[in-house]
Amino acid sequence: MTHRDYSLLGPDARRAVESGLAAAEWYHTDIPRKEMKALMQRADQPAIRDTVILYGCMIAFAGIGIALWPSWWSVPFWLAYGVLYGSASDSRWHECGHGTAFRTPWMNTVVYHIASFMIIRNPVTWRWSHARHHTDTIIVGRDPEIAVMRPPALLRLGLAFFGILDTWNGLGRMLLNASGRLHPEEATYIPESEASKVVLVARVWVAIYAATLTLALAMQSILPLMVIGLPRMCGAWHHVMTGLLQHGGLADNVIDHRLNSRTVYMNPISRFIYWNMNYHIEHHMFPMVPYHRLPDLHARIKDDLPAPSPSIAAAYAEMIPVLIRQLRNEDVFLTRALPEGARPYRADLHALPAE
Amino acid sequence: MADWIDACAADDIDEEDVIRFDHGGRTFAIYRSPEDAYYCTDGLCTHEQVHLADGLVMDHVIECPKHNGQFDYRTGEAKRAPVCVNLATYPVRVEGGRVMVQV
Repeated sequence: MTHRDYSLLGPDARRAVESGLAAAEWYHTDIPRKEMKALMQRADQPAIRDTVILYGCMIAFAGIGIALWPSWWSVPFWLAYGVLYGSASDSRWHECGHGTAFRTPWMNTVVYHIASFMIIRNPVTWRWSHARHHTDTIIVGRDPEIAVMRPPALLRLGLAFFGILDTWNGLGRMLLNASGRLHPEEATYIPESEASKVVLVARVWVAIYAATLTLALAMQSILPLMVIGLPRMCGAWHHVMTGLLQHGGLADNVIDHRLNSRTVYMNPISRFIYWNMNYHIEHHMFPMVPYHRLPDLHARIKDDLPAPSPSIAAAYAEMIPVLIRQLRNEDVFLTRALPEGARPYRADLHALPAE
Repeated sequence: MADWIDACAADDIDEEDVIRFDHGGRTFAIYRSPEDAYYCTDGLCTHEQVHLADGLVMDHVIECPKHNGQFDYRTGEAKRAPVCVNLATYPVRVEGGRVMVQV
């Protein structure tokens, strides 16, 4: 059994570079240029519509929550607000970070910064972190965004549904950056020229949280924290529920996204919150395609991909037994069959799956 | 002075699009702008070695297909992270329906 070291500074990181797994050329389904160009086209309208709905709902839910405060009748509105704050912000951070949500660059930038604040991810740091995630998806020692490591830390994953560790770590990193320093791992993927931007954003955020805390103390109430901060925890469950499915239980150290990513059919509300990232193989294979065209991309290439999980529940039913087995054997993972006619899994640089 | 090389026919490139051109062991990207002007840059993104010809041309910007970094292909200027280093650009002229690049 192979023991994995997920540190970006450890032996697996060195091995990935030496073996050619780092910054490798990945498998892509063939799509003629004209079709690909059409799929990549940007538009403002879908994201403007979704953003108006999102922020409109957040203002309405928070407004009703404040109006009903401190009655228990306010709870459902805070829970709904929390999901939009603590989970929809994850997908907005993601899509606007890619710059694909809107055609107009400043719109991506504005929503990206708002979402980064809500999800407590430094917008500069995490842009670089996510670039690395796309270069070296689930390559041990290279990918800083592996959510389900082996063996899986099930307690930690459980706490993630309440945003406890993410919030703690996010605030801790914010304070570190605000002091003018980067974490040593951050320094492996953030260029020196960007470091001052990391620090500036962290200091602005500290000021916002300080003002919120001051207001809470002045009011002798947690109400200001119900609007800013706490929803990051009470609303995290949806983005964790969907996010763990992206790669959980699948292969690592491969260079074919069909082996290490999962596409899951989801209900329309989850797809709105998640901005279609349930089409996750498609997103990784072609990150230029905006979220609103991913269903079209899926229809175009699904015959070259393993069958999607038919629902969130089905995907968990598939993933959980594998995670449990990984507690005893880190090398276990799930391999899905490809449809007849699909090109075989790319097996360069790694052994083909044993299971 | 570098030689002028016949790279492709002018209509091999759609308006507001890009194609790959390999020559002398190097790879280049040749662009046709919305105004029907032609440009040439190095073919690989300066962030990681990805062919820009697989990316998206929007107005005067080429977006890298891997990480969505952007360059102004007229000047090579890096416009959006994660790209920080500018692209090299090369002179282009169109003669008799052929795109000539000086590389």
